[in-house]
Amino acid sequence: MSLPGIPLTGALRETGRLFALSATTVRDTFRRPFQVRELIEQFWFVASVTILPAALVSIPFGAVIALQVGSLAQQLGAQSFTGGASVLAVIQQASPLIVALLIAGAGGSAICADLGSRKIREELDAMEVMGVSPIQRLIVPRVLATMLVAVLLNGLVSVVGTLGGYFFNVILQHGTPGAYLSSFSALAQLPDLYISEFKALVFGFIAGVVAAYRGLNPKGGPKGVGDAVNQSVVITFLLLFLVNTVLTALYLQLVPQKGA
Amino acid sequence: MGIEVVVEGLTKSFGGQTVWQDVTLTLPPGEVSVMLGPSGTGKTVFLKSVIGLLKPERGRVLVNGVDMVRSPEQDIFEARKLFGLMFQDGALFGSMNLFDNVAFPLREHTRKKETEIRRIVMERMEMVGLVGAEAKLPGEISGGMRKRAGLARALVLDPQIVLCDEPDSGLDPVRTSYLSQLLIDLNAQTDATMLIVTHNLDIAATVPDNLGMLFRRNLVGFGPRELLLTSEEPVVQQFLSGRRAGPIGMSEEKDQATLALERRSGEPAIEARPVAAQLQPSPGLPERRAVQQRRQRVLAMWDQLTPAARRAVQAQGEPV
Repeated sequence: MSLPGIPLTGALRETGRLFALSATTVRDTFRRPFQVRELIEQFWFVASVTILPAALVSIPFGAVIALQVGSLAQQLGAQSFTGGASVLAVIQQASPLIVALLIAGAGGSAICADLGSRKIREELDAMEVMGVSPIQRLIVPRVLATMLVAVLLNGLVSVVGTLGGYFFNVILQHGTPGAYLSSFSALAQLPDLYISEFKALVFGFIAGVVAAYRGLNPKGGPKGVGDAVNQSVVITFLLLFLVNTVLTALYLQLVPQKGA
Repeated sequence: MGIEVVVEGLTKSFGGQTVWQDVTLTLPPGEVSVMLGPSGTGKTVFLKSVIGLLKPERGRVLVNGVDMVRSPEQDIFEARKLFGLMFQDGALFGSMNLFDNVAFPLREHTRKKETEIRRIVMERMEMVGLVGAEAKLPGEISGGMRKRAGLARALVLDPQIVLCDEPDSGLDPVRTSYLSQLLIDLNAQTDATMLIVTHNLDIAATVPDNLGMLFRRNLVGFGPRELLLTSEEPVVQQFLSGRRAGPIGMSEEKDQATLALERRSGEPAIEARPVAAQLQPSPGLPERRAVQQRRQRVLAMWDQLTPAARRAVQAQGEPV
């Protein structure tokens, strides 16, 4: 069954299992009975551990982008476009990534540790023996929770980041408020917001599924759970940046940009 | 009525190491069977394979027409509702108190009202002697209590097949006898098929209708209890008498040198112990239907029994 001699088979097998779990999760989402209670609990939990750090991170992040873009635009003599450029950077790139990193780091790690310790204490086996699918009962609500929180939190981070950028550009760099605001509509358009929310949704799904996958397969004992948590965060980060590149490239190719 | 479990040619290995191979046996419906074996012979793996948690490489486990090894997940989940499995350490949900733990299967699989659930759960809690502890979390109670709570949870849906993984480990001798009696009473009341995996000799001698033993990756034997209890197989004799002389060593097998040394030191031969009487259901309970059924089966296979086994059956007062 296994082919130990061939390199990469291990990695391929893991990838395959991850996809299988994703597919099962999507399928079981539509299977009755839907676990409303578990979803609300998990949603509340993930939201409570991510809202504050996300807001706190997004202010300086928006500021850094505004400062950087501002000074670059100044050098190029395109000061009036600072607003539009920094808002696009915040909404399309920074915000979904910040949200996903925080959800993976704060929510995903907790989900992974929780599932992992349940697994080694045979709780998940017990559940399966009682004819209850752990995927449907535990993982679907968790993945939905991370997706939902990601989408909503993305809105919050976008707003806070944009406000931060505005504040730093106008107050610290003495930009003109009018030019900052009018360049929004010159460069940005509604699809920019849609792709941002879509990214957040996908990233939330990845964070949830990867955390669940590592949590379901810890290698031996409590130490294995620790390793699994570690790996789940690292794998999620790697996947996020990869998927982000693909989604960004697709978006820029498929959706005509304003003023282009 | 209990359900028959048919195991055919089951082989399980982890990596390159075979746990056991070609295990074939039938758990007769409604009867109590015990699987013996030294530690580390894959008794728990066997239980988990029967219920479909582990997937053996070869063979089948047929329950009600469903192959627990290779049938679609959907069917296996449906078939599992017939089972109650008591895990070795209870496997309770750490975040729920005992009441919610025991109520879990009811809440997941039935539409019973909360008052009804409470009634059933308290009945089961009383059965295993845990009344008063229902608000405690699994982390706050002893291992023996966790085990009993695990049994209560396994029994709450009135399963037709009950699997117990070492019901005695972590229990004191008194509680172990209570538990043995509880299992026999349960069988009298519900007529469930039972498989108990253990290395407790008292349970092996007094509880089952059928007895089997796993050793060295093989099923040494499985059949009416008298067959194994009177067996002259060295492994079985050594195990049932709990002595050091014999093929079972500290690691699973002994090497030739140790065996030769043992022969020279000449330990006294094992004298055959009389087969103990089987536990009877508590007074007031109906007779176990399994007893009649098993009598028929033993008589049908009378020619294949060893003389010692025949004597043991006759000594039990069977009208032969």
